[in-house]
Amino acid sequence: MIGHATSFSEYMKHIVLIFGSLIVILPFYVMVSYSLKSPHEIATNSGGFIGAQQPMVDEYCVKLGNPPEECMQKPLVYNYTQAFKKAPLLRYLVNGLVVTASIFFIQALIAVPCAYALAKLRFWGRDFVFSMVMFCLLIPVHTIALPIYIMLAKVSLTNTYAALIIPWTISVLGIFLMRQFFMTVPDDLIDAARMDGMNEFSIIWRVMLPTAIPALLAFAIISVVAHWNDYFWPRVVITGDRSLYTPPLGLREFKGDADGSIWGPMMATATVIVTPLIAAFLLAQKRFVEGITMTGMK
Amino acid sequence: MADIRLRSIEKMYGETAALCGIDLDIRDGEFLTLVGPSGCGKSTLLRIIAGLEEQTRGEVEIDGKSVNKIRASKRDLAMVFQSYALYPHLTVWQNMITPLRLRDLSSLERMPFIGRFVPGQRDKVKSLHTLAGETAHTLKLEQLLHRKPGQLSGGQRQRVALGRAMVRKPRAFLMDEPLSNLDAALRVHMRAELAELHRNLKTTFIYVTHDQAEALTMSDRIAIMIDGEIIQLGTPDEIYKNPRDRRVAEFVGSPKINILSGDVDESGNVSIMGNHTGIRIRKRIKKVHLGIRPEHFRLVNGNGATDSWPFHVTYKENLGSDFYLHGHLNGSKNRIITRAAPDEVGRITIGETVKVRARQGKPMVFCDNDCRIDVMQEAGYGSA
Repeated sequence: MIGHATSFSEYMKHIVLIFGSLIVILPFYVMVSYSLKSPHEIATNSGGFIGAQQPMVDEYCVKLGNPPEECMQKPLVYNYTQAFKKAPLLRYLVNGLVVTASIFFIQALIAVPCAYALAKLRFWGRDFVFSMVMFCLLIPVHTIALPIYIMLAKVSLTNTYAALIIPWTISVLGIFLMRQFFMTVPDDLIDAARMDGMNEFSIIWRVMLPTAIPALLAFAIISVVAHWNDYFWPRVVITGDRSLYTPPLGLREFKGDADGSIWGPMMATATVIVTPLIAAFLLAQKRFVEGITMTGMK
Repeated sequence: MADIRLRSIEKMYGETAALCGIDLDIRDGEFLTLVGPSGCGKSTLLRIIAGLEEQTRGEVEIDGKSVNKIRASKRDLAMVFQSYALYPHLTVWQNMITPLRLRDLSSLERMPFIGRFVPGQRDKVKSLHTLAGETAHTLKLEQLLHRKPGQLSGGQRQRVALGRAMVRKPRAFLMDEPLSNLDAALRVHMRAELAELHRNLKTTFIYVTHDQAEALTMSDRIAIMIDGEIIQLGTPDEIYKNPRDRRVAEFVGSPKINILSGDVDESGNVSIMGNHTGIRIRKRIKKVHLGIRPEHFRLVNGNGATDSWPFHVTYKENLGSDFYLHGHLNGSKNRIITRAAPDEVGRITIGETVKVRARQGKPMVFCDNDCRIDVMQEAGYGSA
């Protein structure tokens, strides 16, 4: 009887979870499906997931004066080549990579020593500093976006990589997460390292950091996902120079001319943009979950 | 190799004093144990010697030089922690070689890849490997070198922690309850190993423990610490046989020493519950406390003896080689424990009242303020 009841509640749990995941997955399904289909199939909502893949005429190609027979392409090929042709998507991806990697690298460089000091060193005002860190967690980015924009503009840093990176280099979330993790590292380990002859910086990078890899990885995913997908901030500080666009800004290339023919390439671009993140998450999944559990964020 | 000298060390935490004026000379090559109940300041003292904590006042000297201003890493001392504190991300071998690399290689030489091209680095590394290899051999760690601490048992981790301390051949070893996390059998075994290690290394050992058995078995000298003070310093034998303070007598010895309150008459004769003990003291006080260790009681046959006390047995503890009888002397509430041989005990049942007396010359007399009172004479009492 008890076993039966348990399995029933297990079923219910799974039904709820499956339902929830369907809701989450559906937009992704539509995105991938549209990126494979022809404009006609998208407009009429036909063709199933991948469409019929009937060769279609590339009208832009015809406009350039080529005979229609030479401009026949499968929708899949058309959408993805358009994604890379219409906008320099590769360039955007490289920009995204440079920006997110730099942001995370500098964030770690700053957050790890800060967290170590807040967790393990005794100094006057430590608790106050930590409460300030907690306070900063409460400030929404959008409220300080304008002052930061003005500051960057005053030093003429808008439309540079620096504008995309500098405002994010000090992550209070990172400091907080790492500090919570470092609190769990026994003091004896640090004392042992001191007795072995390490100075405080060696302790941070050679003892604390290696033990904190799962926590750092969790933070890495939070940080990279946030900045890879960020549309707001690049939109604010990159006003002219298209060569500095990050992938989400790249999607803007398709705005306006929503005559239907553009949906395929647009969704192809979106698919290309999210793929690296999904791949990275799948690779690091196990350690990510470990890290989240360890920092008590669950 | 070092002698370590502590000069009136004081440590305050806010308003509370953790250590109040510790003076201690630790001789070169000595095995000195700091022992005391938890919270007595022994670990704090060790950490001050190590340089991990700063004293509020006083001086730490190593080989005649003050090290007050010298960082822990530069004092050339090694420490073994209760939790072992091994680097969890490094293998046993890397754990052992890390202190050597930090001491002998410059930061440039330690760099990955680049370090290899520094002239002379290769020979240095080779000699480090020889040193670590020797230590691994001494401690029989060869089979474990490629494992991570997480894959080791408690005893093995303990050994690695010792190894990491030993490789550097430090001037002195500081040990903070290194055996507390081991199971009882392994602890007894490691006691012997540590004592042997000390004999072979001939280095100064400062050992902190709350376990008086560890202190008695291993040390050359013991410092008993209570409430931030060293109450008595001496060889294990002195400490056990001749404690100068009631707290020392109570702390050392297992089971605990029995304390009975006694009365003193005008001529200095001590009696307990009306029974003469045959002990005379010179000091003119009314009340004393008599300390008698469990093994210093004797069971007496018959009921007539005037120098013996009736002892009501409430519990018999069988340790195989010995029996401990728990109970109380008639008329007193103090629970006391006496030791007896198995063949004496066989006929005694719980609830029975037997007669016991103290062996001559063994009881110790303490005043109300825990001080020891010297016994003037003992006559016409007992014959054990």
